[in-house]
Amino acid sequence: MTSWVLVMPIAVPFLAAVAAFLWRANPAGRMISLGGSVLTLMASIALMVAVLDEGVIAAQMSNWDAPFGITLVADYLSAVMVVITAITGLATAIYAMGEIPEATERLGFHALFQTLIAGVTGAFLTGDLFNLYVWFEVMLIASFSLLVIGGGKERLDAGIKYVALNLVSTLIFLSGIGLLYGITGTLNLADMREGVANAENQGLVTVIAMMFMVGFGVKAAVFPLFFWLPASYHTPYFAISAVFAGLLTKVGVYALMRMFTLVFVGDVGFTHEILIWVSLLTMFTGVIGAAAQTDFRKILSFHIISQIGYMTLGLALFTPLALMGGVFYLVHHIIVKANLFFVAGLAKQYAGHTDLDRIGGLYKSAPLLAALFIIPAFSLAGFPPLSGFWAKYLIVKAALEIDAWFVAFVSLLVGLLTIYSMTKIWGLAFWKPHPDGIDPTPDRAPPQVTRAMLTPIAGLAAMTIIIGFFPEPFVQFAETAATQLLDPTAYVDAVLGGTP
Amino acid sequence: MEALTAIVIGTLTAASVYLMLARNFMRFLFGLVLLSNAVNLTIFASGRMTKGHPALVPYGEDAPLGVVGNALPQALVLTAIVIGFGLLAFTLALAFEGYRRMRSVDTDKMRFAEPKEDAQK
Repeated sequence: MTSWVLVMPIAVPFLAAVAAFLWRANPAGRMISLGGSVLTLMASIALMVAVLDEGVIAAQMSNWDAPFGITLVADYLSAVMVVITAITGLATAIYAMGEIPEATERLGFHALFQTLIAGVTGAFLTGDLFNLYVWFEVMLIASFSLLVIGGGKERLDAGIKYVALNLVSTLIFLSGIGLLYGITGTLNLADMREGVANAENQGLVTVIAMMFMVGFGVKAAVFPLFFWLPASYHTPYFAISAVFAGLLTKVGVYALMRMFTLVFVGDVGFTHEILIWVSLLTMFTGVIGAAAQTDFRKILSFHIISQIGYMTLGLALFTPLALMGGVFYLVHHIIVKANLFFVAGLAKQYAGHTDLDRIGGLYKSAPLLAALFIIPAFSLAGFPPLSGFWAKYLIVKAALEIDAWFVAFVSLLVGLLTIYSMTKIWGLAFWKPHPDGIDPTPDRAPPQVTRAMLTPIAGLAAMTIIIGFFPEPFVQFAETAATQLLDPTAYVDAVLGGTP
Repeated sequence: MEALTAIVIGTLTAASVYLMLARNFMRFLFGLVLLSNAVNLTIFASGRMTKGHPALVPYGEDAPLGVVGNALPQALVLTAIVIGFGLLAFTLALAFEGYRRMRSVDTDKMRFAEPKEDAQK
């Protein structure tokens, strides 16, 4: 029973991918993708219910006992990431019905998209290090194809940079796995915790920890490893860049959180100190980079980087409150960021471009879109009572609690600069009149396109407001998730069956 | 044996870094191939080297007798090779399509996603 609950969120999108590929030249393919996303969401909610019921759950694939077989395991953090992945997937599947042209669908867009969701979900659920590498690759190859699908010089150029840097990071990660296996003799994460703690050469463990930090750091786009992100995220279809912005970097953050709470905790003073500085620089360079841009999606891309810093900061401070803030931030950010990219896509439909110098007048002619932009934008900047406020509040409070004044100062300063960027988008895209003198009204897009694209935007905005006004259950959930991360006894017991 | 493998891995890595520092994207890709081989050798060596003890189960037995080589890293390397091969095939096709459309493999001239005039705005 348990194993089905764990397998379904991965299996459903894979089956949907196969079906969508077979019917890719048919309008049915679109419906398969949508139906698959709905089923994935139901499967992940079932997983969430099981985790809330029983705490950490684990399943051994093919009945090979841990640590020899591949384990799937879900604690609070994994479960919430799987649910949020399914929500983003469903929102994107609806949005794609409005945006993705038929020619791209015939190339297998929906199949690739479902494979991406399967890869991301697999990475969140696996309890085996080498299996994590395989899920990363599933996710990567799908993302490579999605990035360049549709062609064009810009996308190919962006694709080459993205592919090259991600492949290097994968190889660093892979050699880290090899070396860690050499030291501990296991690939099971729970078993590895003990293996690493008992290792003779702790210096070597720290070196390997740094390899993981670099490998996952590239995926998470932290300073100074983020250059592939602003080079590529503004080129693909909006549906694709939204799902990338929401999910892909977060897999890197999740992997960092998992490895640096479960396995690499032997030298916290060294590794997490580095993470603090990396996080602060990530936050600051991201937001400064955004200030220099005038393209809707380029500004948002740099903001991803800046926000990643807050999440890794939650991990780096390594107190219960900070990790709780990090987990909360992770969930809030995925919803908000995907939504902002969705808004950018609809703004382009109405106003004709994403360069802020060449659009305008959206507030007057599309007030609904303006209202729906304000919600995620101000949430991102941390305005109360939206979800971003609570996320930032937890992180800053955690920093003040351990007298890290400078960290708290930088967090608040970056929040201030985020407001600057958001008001820039607001002023240029929504308030100023359109430079070409046209009225960017919703009539400029076919009604079924507007409907398909507006639905997920409204849904995600509603979620932002709900989390903002009723943060209590989410904060409590994040607190339990943080407790489980800091004391992974339950995780280890669930995987190894309590008897080491 | 370990020392020799370590030297081979080191040489491969050094050569791959040298190639990856080039502006030519094809050279970068060749560097990536060498690096992926170096990584595969690392995984292989991390399972410890045993000489002349194949991981085979004799006929009529349930488990191998005596000392055998560690079979797990071989399975890992095999997986990594297959995945690496797939990714390389994709990347080569991407590089070729990129060359066809951009007429260049010089990464300094690939400035279509981030045009230089952006900086002057």
